[in-house]
Amino acid sequence: MDITRNYFEILGLPVSFDIDQAQLTERYRDLQKQVHPDRHSHQSDREQRLAVQYTAYLNEALTTLKSPLKRAQYLLSLQGIDTLSDSRTQLDPMFLMEQMELRERVADATDHDDPGAELEQLEALVGAELKQLQSAFVKAWEGQQLAQAEVLVRKMQFASKLQSDIEALEDRLFDD
Amino acid sequence: MAYSEQVIDHYENPRNVGKMDADDAHVGTGMVGAPACGDVMRLQIKVSDEGVIEDARFKTYGCGSAIASSSLVTEWVKGMTLDQASELKNAQIAEELALPPVKIHCSVLAEDAIKAAVEDYRNKQKK
Repeated sequence: MDITRNYFEILGLPVSFDIDQAQLTERYRDLQKQVHPDRHSHQSDREQRLAVQYTAYLNEALTTLKSPLKRAQYLLSLQGIDTLSDSRTQLDPMFLMEQMELRERVADATDHDDPGAELEQLEALVGAELKQLQSAFVKAWEGQQLAQAEVLVRKMQFASKLQSDIEALEDRLFDD
Repeated sequence: MAYSEQVIDHYENPRNVGKMDADDAHVGTGMVGAPACGDVMRLQIKVSDEGVIEDARFKTYGCGSAIASSSLVTEWVKGMTLDQASELKNAQIAEELALPPVKIHCSVLAEDAIKAAVEDYRNKQKK
C-alpha cells in the first residue's frame, strides 16, 4: 500500500464528493484483510510495523470518506485549503442569524409542549439544509469554484454541529 | 480540560445575556461564528447619541470559554466609546480569563463580535 497516495486513490475511488458508499465499504474490507497486522505476525518487525501503519491509514481513509462533511473538507485539503483549523469568524450574517434562531429553538425544545415533535421538526429542517449545502458544494466543486466551495463547507460545519446537538438532546430526553 | 475560575464564574453566572431590538437605530449587532467548532455568537451594544456604549447584551451557543469571553466583553464595553470598544484585543480577554492556547480562538470570536457590532452601528448611522 502506498500511503503517499490520497484516500480516494488508495480505495480506488474517483476524487469526487459523490462516491458509492457500498463500493467504499467493499474496497475498505478487501484492503483491510490484506494489511491486517494479524496476517503479518509471522513477518519481520518492520513488516509488522508497516501493517499497523497501513491499517491506521486505511481506517482514517474510511472515516474521512464516509462522512459527507469530512469528505468535503478532505477534498478541499487536497487543493491546499484548510477548513479544519479555520479561525475566520465572518460569515454571511443572514446565515449566522438563522443558525442562532435554530439553536434557540433547540435550547427551548425541552420546554416545548411536545419536545419530541419539535426536535423531529428541527432535525428535518437541519437535515434538509445540510442536503442543500451538500448539493451546492458539489456544484461549486465540480465548477472549480473553490472559494465558494470553502464557504459552503464552513456552513456545513455549523449545520453538522447543530445536527449532532439535536441528536444528543434526543438521546438525553428519550433514551433513558 | 480544566477551566479557570474566571471562566467558570462567567459560565455559571453569565452577565448580560439577552437580546436587543436589532432594528433600533441605537443598537449595533455583531454576529460571528467559529466554523471549526460550530460556535455562534451574537453581541449587541446600545449606543448613546454621544457615541458611548450604554448597554450590551450577548447570546452565545458554544463552549464555556466562548460564553465567558462574550460575557466578559459585554461587561467591559459598557461606558466605553466606540473607538475604545473596537480597540479591545483578544489577548486581553484571554489573559483575564486565563484561557489555554487551544481556547484562544474563543477570545478571537468575542473580539470579532464587538468589532462587528461597532461596525453595524456605524453603518446604521451613515444611512
